[in-house]
Amino acid sequence: MPRAAGQMPTTLSARRGLLFDTRVTGRAALVAAAAFGYGIILTPIFFVCWLSFFANEIVTFPPRGYTLRWFAHIFDQNNFVSGFLTSLQVGVAAMIGGLVLGVPASLVLARRNFPGREAINTLLVMPLVVPGVVAGTAIYVFQIEVELATELPLLGSRAGLILAHIMITIPWTVRLLTASLAGFDRSIEEAAQSLGATPLQAFVRITLPVIKPGVVAAALFSFIISFGNLEMTLFLVAPGETTLPIAILQYLQWRIDPTIAAVSLLQIALIGAGMLVADRYVKLTRVL
Amino acid sequence: MARLELSGITKSYGDFRAVSDVDLDIAEGELVVLLGPSGCGKTTTLRMIAGFVAPTAGEIRLGGAEITRRPPWKRNTGLVFQSYALFPHLTVAQNVAFGLKMRDVGAGAIDAKVAEALRLVRLEGLEARLPRELSGGQQQRVALARALVIEPDILLLDEPLSNLDAKLRHEVRVEIRELQKKLGLTTVMVTHDQEEALTMADRLVVMSNGRVQQVGTQRELYERPANTFVAGFVGRTNFVRGRIGAPGLFVSDSGLAIRCRDDAPAGGRVLALRPERLTLSAAPEPDANCFPATIEFASYLGGVLEYHVRLTPQDRIMVQAPNKLADAAHAAGDRLHLHWPSEASLVLADDGDG
Repeated sequence: MPRAAGQMPTTLSARRGLLFDTRVTGRAALVAAAAFGYGIILTPIFFVCWLSFFANEIVTFPPRGYTLRWFAHIFDQNNFVSGFLTSLQVGVAAMIGGLVLGVPASLVLARRNFPGREAINTLLVMPLVVPGVVAGTAIYVFQIEVELATELPLLGSRAGLILAHIMITIPWTVRLLTASLAGFDRSIEEAAQSLGATPLQAFVRITLPVIKPGVVAAALFSFIISFGNLEMTLFLVAPGETTLPIAILQYLQWRIDPTIAAVSLLQIALIGAGMLVADRYVKLTRVL
Repeated sequence: MARLELSGITKSYGDFRAVSDVDLDIAEGELVVLLGPSGCGKTTTLRMIAGFVAPTAGEIRLGGAEITRRPPWKRNTGLVFQSYALFPHLTVAQNVAFGLKMRDVGAGAIDAKVAEALRLVRLEGLEARLPRELSGGQQQRVALARALVIEPDILLLDEPLSNLDAKLRHEVRVEIRELQKKLGLTTVMVTHDQEEALTMADRLVVMSNGRVQQVGTQRELYERPANTFVAGFVGRTNFVRGRIGAPGLFVSDSGLAIRCRDDAPAGGRVLALRPERLTLSAAPEPDANCFPATIEFASYLGGVLEYHVRLTPQDRIMVQAPNKLADAAHAAGDRLHLHWPSEASLVLADDGDG
């Protein structure tokens, strides 16, 4: 008996030690995995930012020195400036078009139950899984056919490009908006109506402000997706016209100096600033 | 405030009749409660009054005007939802002002009316808060103020208290009732909570399976239930099956001859006995009904003692006795006598739509 009593604490403390060890190693493993993941994601971005200040024309390590001249160089390249303006215009137009189509589509998908609802849901997400080159080719051929049939100058037109960009923004708009509508308490719309608001007034004054985070997120993502699209756009721009990603690609065919890194840094900064500004007005973390 | 009349209101979804042929006449300033289990059609009826559900048949009149097909935003009803349905992005004051803005009331008048409404529900000082910064009880008051400020012809309350905790619920129902009386508001309230309904109503409408089972005051429903559904839903009841043997005599299927009122319906098939109308005594009593009884189960509930008593192999009756100081509690196995006057024997014609 005394021996047994004496053994007890030893066993217990040994067990406790084991438990403690597992917990520590578990946490260490988690931290390591997270660090590895963040490393994979952030290392390229870090290098792009760093490279854009290298003084060498051909990138070598370590850098010979640092300079801002690549940023100045961007603005000497007409391609970059006009490409940026085109991308901006197309991006804003695609964003607006995407919302105009996406908001009603999401309302119907989130609130009505009808035959074929799932099929439409899947169809609207399809542009996400079709490779850009395939989509570009298909739309190019489609535009030729339409132009032949109707004589509308669609091929290579700005309108044709914007329509294609709206198509690739729709999955994002619909996903983000249906997500924010899913948690929407419809009785507040009824409350508004019982207080004298027509369905349209209730939508504009109540529903829209409440789902604003979803709308802003959808707008932001539409713009980013359109702004950064290269593969599909390559097929659809008019001869001589460029968007920013195309301008970058064309520049890369002949030169590999850090101008590209500088352009990329500006683009990252632009989109990052957009997200920060948007986040000040609506908490994007609630929908993303 | 206005009188509300429903006549022959019916709502069908395909073959399913959610509400069947409901007639109701609610006087100006009256508070009527629609009471029933979930799925009985009470909420659908309320939503038809509010205008969110179109009746398949029937007519709704408010203040004499036919409003059956009028959309909700043209009805001037004050609706309080179970979830309160406050506008989450608007402050308390903006929530209350919403209905006035929709009516194009001038800014100065809006401020005065909003202040008045918030004073009425005792929420002064919280004008600038957002709904999520309020407690459940405060949100409920905002919802009430928002519905009252538009001076509605009728106030509609959809389970307004079920999201509050028990203590608050007791306070708020008295408060709402006092406010409703003070303002003389014609009010329709929906609830499944019997006690809430009994506390607040001028009249109650008991519903089941889309049909009105009985309309009446608390006393009428309790003392003179129309059928076994009402008898079972309002208060607790023992049921004994049988038939009327002679005027004033009910013969149970188990063979007991039970005295009841002479005017009991001749086709009566069920006898309802309220547990607190029955008395247990050691010796036989010269009451209209007195039967030997054995206690099988006894519960001590504080203010009340509850016994399950065996009369015959088929009949087990639940009895409630007030817990008086002088009385000793009975225990399981005690052999006693159960007696009650013939007025306590409620003979019901049929089972109703329960």
